[in-house]
Amino acid sequence: MGARVITVTSGKGGVGKTTTTANISVALSRLDQRVVMLDADIGLRNLDVVTGLENRIVYDIVDVVEGRCNLKQALIKHKQFPSLYLIPAAQTRDKTAISPADMLDIVAKLKPEFDFIIIDSPAGIERGFRNAVAPADEVIIVTNPEVSAVRDADRIIGLLEAENKEPGKLIINRLKPDMVKKGEMLSADDITDILALDIIGIVPEDEFVIPASNSGVPVTLNEDSKAGLAFQNIARRLLGQNVPLMDLEKQPGFFRRLVKLFNG
Amino acid sequence: MTNFFDRMFGKNNKPGTGATAKSRLEFVLVHDRINLPPERMAEMKAEILQVIAKYVSYEHDMVDISLEQRDRSSALVADIPFQKAKDVLPSDADYDADLEAWEQAKTKQTQNTFADDGDTPKEMVEPSFIEDDALNAETDEPPTEDDNDPV
Repeated sequence: MGARVITVTSGKGGVGKTTTTANISVALSRLDQRVVMLDADIGLRNLDVVTGLENRIVYDIVDVVEGRCNLKQALIKHKQFPSLYLIPAAQTRDKTAISPADMLDIVAKLKPEFDFIIIDSPAGIERGFRNAVAPADEVIIVTNPEVSAVRDADRIIGLLEAENKEPGKLIINRLKPDMVKKGEMLSADDITDILALDIIGIVPEDEFVIPASNSGVPVTLNEDSKAGLAFQNIARRLLGQNVPLMDLEKQPGFFRRLVKLFNG
Repeated sequence: MTNFFDRMFGKNNKPGTGATAKSRLEFVLVHDRINLPPERMAEMKAEILQVIAKYVSYEHDMVDISLEQRDRSSALVADIPFQKAKDVLPSDADYDADLEAWEQAKTKQTQNTFADDGDTPKEMVEPSFIEDDALNAETDEPPTEDDNDPV
């Protein structure tokens, strides 16, 4: 049957596609899956740096397409997770360097060797997006609880419908439960009402995320991080496990609230 | 003071910007999805109402035409109350004129029958089946029972 091909996209930039791709790939490999990540953001590559593999690049995806190397030579094996691989994007080219057909070709060759192929899509709705979704069996749409992100996610869903792709599953990233409670942020329910899409995960805003990418160590490896745990849960759900959504909205206890009150 | 207790028990009664975001998004997305920006929608509404006006009169102030979200598709929902039935009859002026003319004609007829103020009533015309001879005949005999019986 071959690998499941999942493209992570969003429309809006900066909502957490690359972070999501890196973390669910690492989480899946820790669950003994053979995973290859494809960076389809040609010209603005980031999957390498977020996973700490930036010094290991010899060949990239454009080299493969243009025949300067074979597919195997472009595969970077992660030293810490032996079943995790990366094919980086080119940094000095742009999205026109490859076509949807090229992507289909590469994915077809990778399929027999892996359990999961996770494709990091660029932002936007143009060629880069089309390249990234062309080979997808499944699509994960990442959004933030914020008007622009949700509007763009809706556009993406519409485009996927137009291309007869399955509409996909939603990840709501950077949710702040306190703000939702105060009515100052869209809730997960609000977003699913609006977009009419099923959620595969909710990742809370988390201070550990930036230090993680600073060090090139994906946050899902940090046991103290709620975001990290959320990514682990998403990986489990992808494997068909029934993991309930984390309780992000724990009301602090009465006395803690009292202390907070007097401290302002 | 109420604010203190509200914060103690974690209540927040004011609707916040989250709700605003949701309703704004719903509005925007309904238009985005069918590629009908609000300004074009306004033109479409005006044209629809022009067509309706050709066939029926409607209550201008009570018209509601809007887009409704149904899952991921939209529908145009129009609520256009028509004006009440009496406005559909011929105009009152004509009706009143007819009514008045009929009433006047009726009054004249009544006056002709009972008037004693100068107008010469029409002569009563005898029905033709009574024979002049029978009426005008002079007899010496007093009327008998038989004479009084109707023929």
